[in-house]
Amino acid sequence: MTSPSPNTSVPTHLEADVLVIGAGGAGMYAALEAAKGGASVVLADRSLIGRGGATVMAQMTVAAALGEQTPDHWEHHFADTLAAGRGLCDERLAALLCEDGPQRLREMDAWKVGWAREDGHIKQAQAPGHDRPRCAYVDFLSTGPAVSKTLRTQLNNASGIRRIGDLTIVDIALRDGEACGATGLHLPTGQAVTLAAKAVVIATGGLTGLYRRNSASSNMGGDGYALALRAGAELIDMEFVQFFPIGHLAPRLVGMDPIMWDPFRYKLGGKLLNSEMREFETDYATKDARSDGTYRLTRDLATYAITKEVEAGRGSPAGGAYLSFQHVPEAEIRKAFGPVVDRLAENGIDLAQRPVEVAPIAHYHMGGIRVDEMMATGVPGLFACGEAVGGANGANRLSGNAITEAFVFGARAGRSAAERAKQNASMWSADAAKPVIDLLRSASKRDAPNPAAVIVKLQAVMADDVGPFRADTKLRSAISAIAQLKADIGDTPFASAESFDPVLADWLDLRNMLAVAQSIAVPALARTESRGAHQRDDHLGLNDAWSVNQIVSMSDGDMTLRKVMPTTGKAAA
Amino acid sequence: MKATLSIQRGALGEAPHQDMFDIPFEHGQSILDGLRAIRRSMDPSLAFRFSCINANACKECMMLIDGKVDYACTVRLKEGMTTLAPLPKKALIRDLVTEIAPPDERLMLRS
Ligand SMILES: Cc1cc2nc3c(=O)[nH]c(=O)nc-3n(C[C@H](O)[C@H](O)[C@H](O)COP(=O)(O)OP(=O)(O)OC[C@H]3O[C@@H](n4cnc5c(N)ncnc54)[C@H](O)[C@@H]3O)c2cc1C
Ligand code: FES
Repeated sequence: MTSPSPNTSVPTHLEADVLVIGAGGAGMYAALEAAKGGASVVLADRSLIGRGGATVMAQMTVAAALGEQTPDHWEHHFADTLAAGRGLCDERLAALLCEDGPQRLREMDAWKVGWAREDGHIKQAQAPGHDRPRCAYVDFLSTGPAVSKTLRTQLNNASGIRRIGDLTIVDIALRDGEACGATGLHLPTGQAVTLAAKAVVIATGGLTGLYRRNSASSNMGGDGYALALRAGAELIDMEFVQFFPIGHLAPRLVGMDPIMWDPFRYKLGGKLLNSEMREFETDYATKDARSDGTYRLTRDLATYAITKEVEAGRGSPAGGAYLSFQHVPEAEIRKAFGPVVDRLAENGIDLAQRPVEVAPIAHYHMGGIRVDEMMATGVPGLFACGEAVGGANGANRLSGNAITEAFVFGARAGRSAAERAKQNASMWSADAAKPVIDLLRSASKRDAPNPAAVIVKLQAVMADDVGPFRADTKLRSAISAIAQLKADIGDTPFASAESFDPVLADWLDLRNMLAVAQSIAVPALARTESRGAHQRDDHLGLNDAWSVNQIVSMSDGDMTLRKVMPTTGKAAA
Repeated sequence: MKATLSIQRGALGEAPHQDMFDIPFEHGQSILDGLRAIRRSMDPSLAFRFSCINANACKECMMLIDGKVDYACTVRLKEGMTTLAPLPKKALIRDLVTEIAPPDERLMLRS
């Protein structure tokens, strides 16, 4: 009972009105809305449905102007989002996120997601950058799992949605410049699968797996950005990768999301210490040119402070800073975090007794596929949503905005895709799948270089030279290192087996990761200023001449860069 | 510290065999950390499922660890021998990978 290999078999072919690629918060929402709009839907994920990406891992909050905790209006949320984005937000997208957010959170509430409540109303916490309490959550760090489960239940109950896991989409299928489906690799059998669709939605999430230290799942190497580029769509703001300053570093902590120290800091006020056990945040709040003079450091300043302490030889043993809660009574820690305290104990962590080590980790991508307010890319028939989309958050994202973005943009993309499917006949032609079928067919057994090891090399290049603090020489060296790695892996895939082949999967990942890495490094080199998440050691401070977005596109395999003015003007939702 | 992982290998229809890997590790590292290290430095073709790595949220990394069903990402590496095998009640795909997707979320609807 051996499975057919892509070399010999006829690919499995599926048809639907709408193909959604990626089953995180955005993709699941898109599938639901497309089905509601009357479309037949295939929802494909390279992992299991609702489990592969960031959504299921998120442990914190979701921002929307619900006005449950205090009176609020979406325009206040909008103003905060624009301020965080430092002049680069696409105002139409930011407005859509903020205006539609409350409706989506209430829909999730009706679907029994279980937002934490207090005195009969949804409880909303205040996170940095928000002018008032705006962030809903599910208690004890369960937001992401609860959100995923709720959407999976809705999918189960909906009709007209075919869900397929273990299916990696390799490229969008094009005919006369329009998207007519996609071609994928079915991991368990090693079979190629062709999918015809009248509209295709990319909902593949972020790219933080490109970095050594990250909060990513194994499916977050940025496939969607590469798919979009190769299909002829544009990317925007790719130089803006958000680093989370106090990602968990040591001791090895398993069973928990590495960004979980944030709520601990809000609730209990943890202290950042260097190897001399001295608090250093104040040093950076007053001395450095980047500081706004306030004591509490924003995400980018905290990242800066920890990086500089490590560079000065005052880092913790694992190469970060200490985060200490030793000043907080044990009972108070237990009261605030209940069962989480036991999970920490299983990892040998006792916050009342000892500090943990933290360091900046790649966490979210502000940039992404360029879309209009209908979530349409420049390629007819191709839509995108969720973290895969760029523009709503500009140069920096507010906490809680990403899950809202996934819901709102997902729903919008699903509706647009269903609309398009109604008005257009299938453009499918088997020729559209041929490039990928040929690519997979050309896979050959090779044992060097080891693609899993090449991924680690790329992560080191990105962390060291395209990390939170950048400079001309480092970026140039990164761009040539990326080109070298590209040459090392070549144009024909490596393979080791027929079924569930990690060598082929890693090679296909690298093909995407290297393209995406370049699409970050190139605009980062061009942007000779410091703004939001893009900080240049050789160009300190914001430069008004750079209040523009950079657009990356690809033609004949070459990447090109151009500048556009940020899109202003709110669109009606 | 050094761990030895004895891993059941082979695809469906093949006679399974055990492969042994010695890996250095630090206190607290998970079995999944060990499996990923093997793939990076010894055998890139070793097949196992995982997605979330740290969060214990995806539930994809279940396997038989010393005869017990558990998550590779939460069980720790230990000195000496640990035996790994695919889930016994699920259809084998290859090495430590089994068919764990719910039936209506598979490409082949007939299982
Ligand atoms: C640990 C962590 C904690 C976070 N906490 C918060 C928080 O508290 N609040 C907040 O607002 N945001 C948070 N974020 C960010 C937020 O979770 C994400 O931005 C959001 O969930 C993204 O949703 P998405 O649907 O766009 O992508 P994802 O949820 O990442 O889903 C993408 C899906 O696409 C699939 N996929 C990728 N490539 C392919 C391919 N080629 N073929 C088929 N399928 C593919 C993946 O397997 C995955 O299932 C957090 C992120 C992380 C990593
Ligand atoms: S890797 Fe996700 S639960 Fe183990």
